[in-house]
Amino acid sequence: MSVQSSVASGAPALEVFVQRSAAHGGALAEIGLPTRRVEAWRYTPLRAIADTAWTQAAPLAAESVSALLNDLPLPESGARMVYGNGRLLEGLSAPLDVVQQASDHVSPLKGVFSATLNMALGEKGLDLHIPAGMDAGLLTLISLSSGDTVSTHLQHRIVLEEGASLTLYDVNAGEGRYIANPRFDIVVGKGATLRHIKLQRESLSGTHLAIVSADVSEKGEYDSFTLNQGGSLARHEAVVTLNAPHAMVHVNGVQIVDGQRLNDLTSMIHHAAPDGSSRQTVKTVLSDAGQGVFQGKILVDRVAQKTDGYQMNQALLLSEKAQINSKPELEIYADDVKCSHGATVGALDDEQLFYLRSRGVPEAQARDILVRAFLIDALDLVADEALRDLLVRSMAS
Amino acid sequence: MPAVTETRETVEKLAKSSYEWGFETDIEMDIAPKGLNEETVRLISERKGEPQWMLDWRLKAFRAWLEMEEPTWAHIHHPPIDYQDAHYFAQPKKKSGPKSLDEVDPELLKTYAKLGIPLHEQALLAGVEGAEEARLPVAVDAVFDSVSVATTFRKTLAEAGVIFCPISEAIREHPELVRKYLGTVVPVSDNFFGALNSAVFTDGSFVYIPEGVRCPMELSTYFRINARNTGQFERTLIIAEDRATVSYLEGCTAPQRDENQLHAAVVELIAMEDASIKYSTVQNWYPGDDEGRGGIYNFVTKRGICRGARSKISWTQVETGSAITWKYPSCVLAGEGSVGEFYSVAVTNNHQQADTGTKMIHLAPNTRSTIIAKTISAGQSDSTYRGLVRMQPKARNARNFTQCDSLLIGDQCGAHTVPYIESRNMTARVEHEATTSKISEDQLFYCRSRGLSEEDAVGLIVNGFCREVLKELPMEFAVEAQKLLQISLEGSVG
Repeated sequence: MSVQSSVASGAPALEVFVQRSAAHGGALAEIGLPTRRVEAWRYTPLRAIADTAWTQAAPLAAESVSALLNDLPLPESGARMVYGNGRLLEGLSAPLDVVQQASDHVSPLKGVFSATLNMALGEKGLDLHIPAGMDAGLLTLISLSSGDTVSTHLQHRIVLEEGASLTLYDVNAGEGRYIANPRFDIVVGKGATLRHIKLQRESLSGTHLAIVSADVSEKGEYDSFTLNQGGSLARHEAVVTLNAPHAMVHVNGVQIVDGQRLNDLTSMIHHAAPDGSSRQTVKTVLSDAGQGVFQGKILVDRVAQKTDGYQMNQALLLSEKAQINSKPELEIYADDVKCSHGATVGALDDEQLFYLRSRGVPEAQARDILVRAFLIDALDLVADEALRDLLVRSMAS
Repeated sequence: MPAVTETRETVEKLAKSSYEWGFETDIEMDIAPKGLNEETVRLISERKGEPQWMLDWRLKAFRAWLEMEEPTWAHIHHPPIDYQDAHYFAQPKKKSGPKSLDEVDPELLKTYAKLGIPLHEQALLAGVEGAEEARLPVAVDAVFDSVSVATTFRKTLAEAGVIFCPISEAIREHPELVRKYLGTVVPVSDNFFGALNSAVFTDGSFVYIPEGVRCPMELSTYFRINARNTGQFERTLIIAEDRATVSYLEGCTAPQRDENQLHAAVVELIAMEDASIKYSTVQNWYPGDDEGRGGIYNFVTKRGICRGARSKISWTQVETGSAITWKYPSCVLAGEGSVGEFYSVAVTNNHQQADTGTKMIHLAPNTRSTIIAKTISAGQSDSTYRGLVRMQPKARNARNFTQCDSLLIGDQCGAHTVPYIESRNMTARVEHEATTSKISEDQLFYCRSRGLSEEDAVGLIVNGFCREVLKELPMEFAVEAQKLLQISLEGSVG
């Protein structure tokens, strides 16, 4: 599809974004605000943000920060970085004990709207450099947004050197009508491991457009899980490249969509080296008039022989008006590979409901049990039990 | 890995075996000048002796086409097509009603002989009077370039009330039927190639099965693309009234040539209450040479609508030919409890490209669809399955099952799967699975250890891989399809 034809001409949002951007406005103006004719956005219309002149967010008031924090399921200990409306709140933060060292690694992500928007208006976020062999433990990253017609665009850079490891708990929340547009440029070094557990519970009128780029080196591991639970419109997009042999990637997720909301999990897993493996399990539960989107592509280059790729996405529709759009995609140029994907869409099984009801379980509870059962094999992929419990707590609230 | 090496070698060997059915018949043709404009459309309509409404319909399509852009979303690459650099009308200069085979153009007979059509069937094809006596189970409508030169078994079919004739004839003799249904499944402005076809189609087949009639024989069309530089724009319209049943076979071979040729056919199927239409295709057009030069561009729009309750449309295709295939036989399931099926084997080799799949649009409750797509890529070819399953809000308890399997032979080819799944009904159930792999060493070893040669083993595995689809073909086609697979891959692989 041609990018040019996609520019929603005269969209006030785009004009203001371009004006606000000092250096990269040109690139943004060029790709424009995607319409539904752009393949990557066919199921996720950006109409709702097109007519608003989004301004830079003001610093966040202390009382809204504490109110927002109180609502979040957070670990009690460990390093913590809290950002409010695109600014680091130092008083609330307890940085990791590593030397802050500027990374110049930025993925090109050409033509990816969320990435280009972030580059145009970027605000400095994490700049982590975990030295070789260090297990940095847990870092909780909290990004809060608040205001009306404001936007934030945090830029995070994370580099793990050889054998380093880190668990990143990435929490997103806010109040009001805003756009949160975070970007992560991640490098996972040789034999290093990054576990990226994300909780997205933006305000019910907020828009969340996240983009993660992760380059994984030999025997490195990028293990991610995203719980998409909030936002009026929320897309989590991951572009993960296995660029050396024996890399391992997980891009898992759960989406809980209700009301009139739309949640979207889009991923591109690019096998650019031999012997890599990737695993993806994404489950979406939809109620009310919720809309779910899953777009997952596995691209296997000619050199990426012995690739083992697996992708499963399942959706559970709980109401008449709910809607799921799913596009699992394989693009394979190497012959000695094992790649498969599966997708299912359906409602709760009447027989299973009947079984539970006939044993005296009330209907609401029976449904609840079945929904939990549906989600369990995705949630179990979060290896860190404490974090998994936090996610389960979040789902229950 | 000796198996892989041998497979590769055999595929390479195959690539060198020339197109078995590449030949060209020299027949006197009536050809329109190159170029496409309103005049061309008027000329075609005039030559076909069409009524005004048909011309208006074509012009509407042509004007819509002018406004449209050639689609670029498919996973295919080709140099830009110059739509002005082609003839849009070519017709053999035919004397009507030869009395015996001696009067039939000998070139035509040679073509049939090369196609391996038996003599009595040739007589039927060439329209020799009285030839129907030699009973055959298959009725054939031979599309020799753009004009159906012969239609057989008309009498037998007429007795059953079945109309099976060239669509140009149907426009003249059954205008009420054609006007009622033409363009109702694929509207004139549906897509770029469909609109082009609507504007300039020269001929094709028309089938009408009246209420309650089970068509007494399989209906079959041999497509040939013959004169140089004539785009082939076939139009097929099949209507099955309430409780009618028909099985339609379409088979294709084409002469070898240098220029790329555009083929943009449109097929429309309409099934009323309890009706059933089975449409089978074996496509083996010239795929281009070892470097991918030449070869047919096959940009086809095929769509059927299950209008009536409990109706059924089934597409089966074996695609081995063409330089580029762009084809998505679809079913619109509008009748309650209607059924759509799509069975496909697509084989690409050398520099062939195929982007093919189906759309199942579930509009009504209790509708069911099944998609089985098998893709085999070899050489430097690229093959894509692209499919859509859509459950509309009223599709209560609808079901879909989709299985797409790809087999890669050699490390220079590509296999891609692009399914779209859209559901707006909670009671609808969609299941999709797809796999991509090479021929498993275990399976090969198993066969080899039981005394099969490497070649036979690969052949067996490839055949087994496609079996689910091949078994859906009518007998007449199953043999031909297996032979085609052999020519495309197995002849050298296994």
